[in-house]
Amino acid sequence: MVQCLPSDFNASFAALADSTRRGVLDQLARGDASISDLADKFEMTLTGMKKHVSVLESAGLVTTEKVGRVRTCRFGPCRLEEEMAWIARYRQVWDQRFTALDGVIDELQRQEKGRGRKRRK
Amino acid sequence: MVAREESEFHRTMVQKKSDREVVVTRTFDAPARIVFEAWSRPELFKKWWAPRSMGMTLRSCDMDVRAGGKYRLVFGDDPENAMAFFGKYLDVVPDKRIVWTNEESGDAGSVTTVTFEERDGKTLLVLSELYPTKEALDEAGTGAQEMLGETFGQLDELLAGLSPH
Repeated sequence: MVQCLPSDFNASFAALADSTRRGVLDQLARGDASISDLADKFEMTLTGMKKHVSVLESAGLVTTEKVGRVRTCRFGPCRLEEEMAWIARYRQVWDQRFTALDGVIDELQRQEKGRGRKRRK
Repeated sequence: MVAREESEFHRTMVQKKSDREVVVTRTFDAPARIVFEAWSRPELFKKWWAPRSMGMTLRSCDMDVRAGGKYRLVFGDDPENAMAFFGKYLDVVPDKRIVWTNEESGDAGSVTTVTFEERDGKTLLVLSELYPTKEALDEAGTGAQEMLGETFGQLDELLAGLSPH
């Protein structure tokens, strides 16, 4: 059982920097597969594929489950697009507020400067 | 200052510190007391908390910005569809920090801490939202989506295009 660590966003990107791992994700998005299925598909040794899967697993992009002698890999639970969407949604709310806040702050500063000038006169 | 630096300066950054905490940072071109003022006077707060681009109307805004004081924000175009956000201020240090609870979601409510750090006449604002559980934080992202309505339909389409399907 793998832990879902949404805070580890960099790990997600690092995991995706490799074309084989992107291919594996693409494959798993179409359906679950065992490590040996994936090794065959990507013409790779079992050990090599295990390493790639373990990088994806630590990034929370893939989960694996061993049933009997077969380790099945599946897409998720921390699907990258969900993670990106969450951050993007959150950021958009605050960004819109802060753009409006810039306007209020400008107005306050103008008023303050205006008062300052009057006082000096 | 060139435009690129300008936009970098005003960049709103969002970072998940843990599965229960999200931190937003942004720099404002004004001293901390001005930013604090815009945050603590209801008539000013009202002008920016629910900008028109969010598609929500802030009907009323009551704020007693001091430790132990309460606030209540009511959104909606008409009284029947009104939605209230409320809680209390746990800590208020003028020009420096405000801490408040968000109690409209009951036990799933977060505690928000906003700090204002002044440097060379500019203010770095750091806002942290700490949720009681990971589930409450995940839910909050969904709530934000509902709040922004249509805009996110487009974003979801864009993200769906990026996903490996």
